[in-house]
Order: sequence, then structure tokens, then C-alpha cells
Amino acid sequence: MLLYVINRLLYTIPIAVGVSIICFALVHIGPGDPLSTLLPEDAPQDVVDRLKAEYGLDKPLVIQYVLWLGKALTGDFGISIVTSRSVLGEVLPALVNSLILAIGGSIVGFFVGTLLGGLAGYFHGRPADRIFTGIAITGVSVPHYWLAIVLVIIFAVELPWLPSLGMNMSGSTEFSFSIENFRHMVLPVIALSVIPAGIVTRTVRGAVAELLNQEFVEALRAKGMSEGRIVRHVAKNAAPQVLAVMGLQMGYLLGGSILIETVFAWPGTGLLLNNAIFSRDIPLLQGTILVLALIFVALNLLVDVAQVTLDPRIKR
Amino acid sequence: MTAPTMDASPLNAAEAPQTVGTKRRGYWSTVWDRLRRDPVTIGCATIILVILLAAIFAPLIAPHDPYKTSMLKRLAPVGSENFLLGTDELGRDMLSRLIYGGRVSLFTAIAPVLGALLIGGTLGVLAGFLGGRVNMIIMRMMDVLYAFPSILLAIAISGALGSGIGNAVISLTLIFTPPICRVAETVTTQVRNLDFVQAARATPASTGRILRVHILGNVLGPILIYASSLVSVSIIVASGLSFLGLGVSPPEADWGLMLNTLRQSIYVAPLNAALPGVMIFITGFCFNLMSDGLRSAMDVKL
Repeated sequence: MLLYVINRLLYTIPIAVGVSIICFALVHIGPGDPLSTLLPEDAPQDVVDRLKAEYGLDKPLVIQYVLWLGKALTGDFGISIVTSRSVLGEVLPALVNSLILAIGGSIVGFFVGTLLGGLAGYFHGRPADRIFTGIAITGVSVPHYWLAIVLVIIFAVELPWLPSLGMNMSGSTEFSFSIENFRHMVLPVIALSVIPAGIVTRTVRGAVAELLNQEFVEALRAKGMSEGRIVRHVAKNAAPQVLAVMGLQMGYLLGGSILIETVFAWPGTGLLLNNAIFSRDIPLLQGTILVLALIFVALNLLVDVAQVTLDPRIKR
Repeated sequence: MTAPTMDASPLNAAEAPQTVGTKRRGYWSTVWDRLRRDPVTIGCATIILVILLAAIFAPLIAPHDPYKTSMLKRLAPVGSENFLLGTDELGRDMLSRLIYGGRVSLFTAIAPVLGALLIGGTLGVLAGFLGGRVNMIIMRMMDVLYAFPSILLAIAISGALGSGIGNAVISLTLIFTPPICRVAETVTTQVRNLDFVQAARATPASTGRILRVHILGNVLGPILIYASSLVSVSIIVASGLSFLGLGVSPPEADWGLMLNTLRQSIYVAPLNAALPGVMIFITGFCFNLMSDGLRSAMDVKL
């Protein structure tokens, strides 16, 4: 077990390095000079050169990468070009707001998916199975940003029950546990939860249907065990796989929240990315993506280790 | 080394595609027989075909000029005289714009999957067939791309490259390459170890011939089916990019961009504003069901 964890940890290092290289490269694949957003077009050459030296842009790429990585490792992701504040100072509060939505969406998705998938798997091949599988396919095919708009049309425009955007009425971007904040969370969380709900439904359905076919279930039935306790056995066996899928889905929600956050003007990392892209604030774009990607790598690691801990049969 | 970091796909590639190995005479007629008895798959394929044809022959079908604006006829409701699906915020005919919009939307959804099929498929088959060090290098590179949530990577690359159809297609190709590569690698490794390939190796057949006849003939089916299931993801992400403003620029018609510009009008004309999303949804949904149907008709386990 310990050996597996160490192995898995070591394997994460080259992946994290690769991720950092891609994030670093983002600055250089874009059109024009990274400085072009900072300087007017007719800036004198000596000013350009001085700035280049200041940002280290006159050095070879490899050196630039090492310098950048060294700083990034100590939490220094540079300065946002637009707000002139530190990138980390911008990313961290936004990250908290995004996490709140991602966790909410994961919880709703998990419960809906487990319920639908469990029923579909239990009634495998029967009409109930078809209905729940159909719902699952709808969930994964629905463009969630469109669903978000439809939800706003229904619950904020036609029926004025819920707020259509923002995190609260005052415009503050700091989350607090208040009724108002929860009311603002409802629609984005529902919109985020459809894709994980659909995927969890498929996973749970597959796992339950497969488990119910296995001999040990037959044996339990032959022994005269009640259906309720058999379901509990099946749930215990399906749990590791479902938890793993759910863990990754949370990562996707966190990384893919840009569309939903844009629709609802939710002040998270997605909205931050959106602003960074359209103001061509490359350090902010780079820093946000690096932080999100590293969280995703860590989440992957956590999911793998948790899965092996829960079900040692998986270890290869 | 475990790497169960599959993208948002319900794929379990661990099961061997033994049924693929037993490609017998009349295989395609069996597949066709199964498909004919599957109304859902046929229905979905028909809908996709209709949407595709409408997009291709848009100038012949569209009742109005999709770019002609009219300040007087802005946001006409769905079902108005002359404008079956109403008009948009600039008074342009919605139906015509939806038909024209299919051109860009379908292109940006399908082209990246084809590109990824070419790149990821080739890399995956090579990795599976050659094994060893080549396999390790290719698959570790894919692992790095896998380390990003796919939508994030697409947005990051599109965002850095700047908006435009070309850049959107490049970034989407990049995010669909790793999953296709992984599936191609898995199925190729399985086929490579089957007895008939080992037997072919014992004969004087050249490596190229083994690869072409024995490997490709047996792995292409599963890879293509997996790729077809990715189109439904691709249309959602591609339209999402253009919804964010990273795809085509106005006044070009595109479902994602239409959804974005009509968003301002949800208080006045909610139905019009929701329509472009319906097209994205129908297309994605039909591709999903069609690929599921093809998968069971071709008896492919992924």
C-alpha cells in the first residue's frame, strides 16, 4: 500500500512538470509579443528593450521557463497586467467561490446520479432502466450553459423566484453562509450538476447491473437474505468506482466552470479566466490555469489513492 | 501504473474486444440487419443527416438572407407571419440563421474529432503495436494533456491563440487527441497479443502487411465508434467556445454565438433566445444515441 502511494506520488512529478511547461508555453503561442498589451504600438525601442530585460523576456526560453517555475513554486505567479495586483491574490478568492459551486454541483450530481443509476441498474433491461438511461444521456448531451439560460428564463424571468446573476445583492465577492448567498447558488449549482449526474448515472447503472449478475449475490439470495441487505452489499462494492468517477467530475466542474460562471456572473476562477482572455492579461491567464490544473492533478492522485485504499483489488 | 483518468466518457477500455477479432464473412450484413431493427439509431441518424444537409444546402433552403438586419422587425416572436421562428435582436430571420449557423457549428464540432482521430489514432496504434519505449513516450505525453480538465485546456489554448474558427479547431483537436490515442493504444495492444497476429508474425508477412491487414482491420471499428461518441462532446465544447466569444466573430451565424448575443433578450423574447441551444442539444443528443446504437450493432465493447 505504502509502496503504491510512493510510486503514484513519484509519477505525479513528471506530470506536474509537463503541466507547467504547457502553462508556460501559453504565453508564447499567442499572437504578438507578450509585452504588446503593456505598451503602445509606437513605444520607442529602448523602452521595449528595458521592459523586456525587466520581465526576463530577452533570455533564452529554457532560462525563462526555469526562472518562471522557480518563482511559481514559491507562490509568485507574477502581476496581473490589468489590475496590477498579484496573480495569486486574484486567483485564491476566486478559487474559493468556484469551489463552492463545484462542491454543490458534485453533491447534487452524486445524489441524483446514484439514485437514477441505482434504479436503472436494479431494473436492468426493463422499462424503468430505459427511462433513467434516457435521462442520463440527456444529461450528458445538454449544453449546460444553455440549460443555465433556460433556468434563468424559467425561474428568474417568467417566475421571479430566484436571482438571475451575481453572488449577492451588494456585489461583494466574498462568500458567506447566508440565505441570500444560497438563493444565488441554486441555479448555477443545478446547471453544473447535470453532466456529473448523467455520468454518475451511467457508472452506477453499469456497476450495479454487473454486480447483481455475480455469483456472490446469487449466493446471498439463496441464503435467503432480504433484498434490502443485498442492495447494501452491492452498494458497498460499487462505491469505490463511483467515488472515483465523482472525484474526477468535481475536477471537471472546477476547471470547466467558466461557461456557467459567465452566464451567472459568479465571481470565480471561470469569470477571472474570461476577463483575463478578453483583456489579454496573459500572466493572470497562465496563473489561473496553472493553479486549476495542479489542483486537478492533485485530485487525480487523491482519487487513485482513495480507490486503492477502499478496494485493494484495483492495485495493479 | 494506474491511470484511470479517463475524460468525461463512460468508457471501460479494459474489456477485450474479442468479438472484433472474429470478423467473419457477412459481418457487415449482420450489422446492417441489427441497425435496421433499431428505430432509435435510424431516427437519430436521419435527424443528423437532415441537419447536415440543411447546413450544406443552406443558401437553397433558407427562407431569408441570414445577415439582413431590420430595426423594425427586431425580436419578432416565434411563429410570426413570414418569420417561422421569429427574428433575433437585429431583426434577422432566426430560421435562416439557425440553418446557416449549422455550417460553422457542425464544422467546429466534427473537424476536431477527425483531426484527433488522425493524430491520436496514429499515435495510439503505433504505441500499441510497437510497445516498449515508444509506447511509454507517447502515452506519457498524453498523460500530461490528460492532466487538464478538457474544457479548461480548450479555453486556455483558444484564449492564448485568440478567437477564430481555426484556433478553436486547433484547441479542440488537442483535447480530443489523448482520449482517442488511449483507446487506440488499448485496443491495438489487445489485438496484437491475439493468436492470429502472433501466427501472422511467424509467416513471412511483412510488418507493414500485419499492421495493415490484421491490426488496422480489427482496431478501426472500435476507434471510429469511440470517435463518433466524442462528436456529442465536441459540439457542446465547440459551441461553448463560441458562446464565450472565442469562435467566429459577428455577424457570422453560429449556434453558440447566437446563444450569446440573444442572451441580452431573454426578458423580451425568451423562446427566441433558447432556440440556438435546442439545436446544439438535438445534435449532441442524436450523435450520442447514434454512436451507442452503432456500438451495439457492431458488437464493439469499449
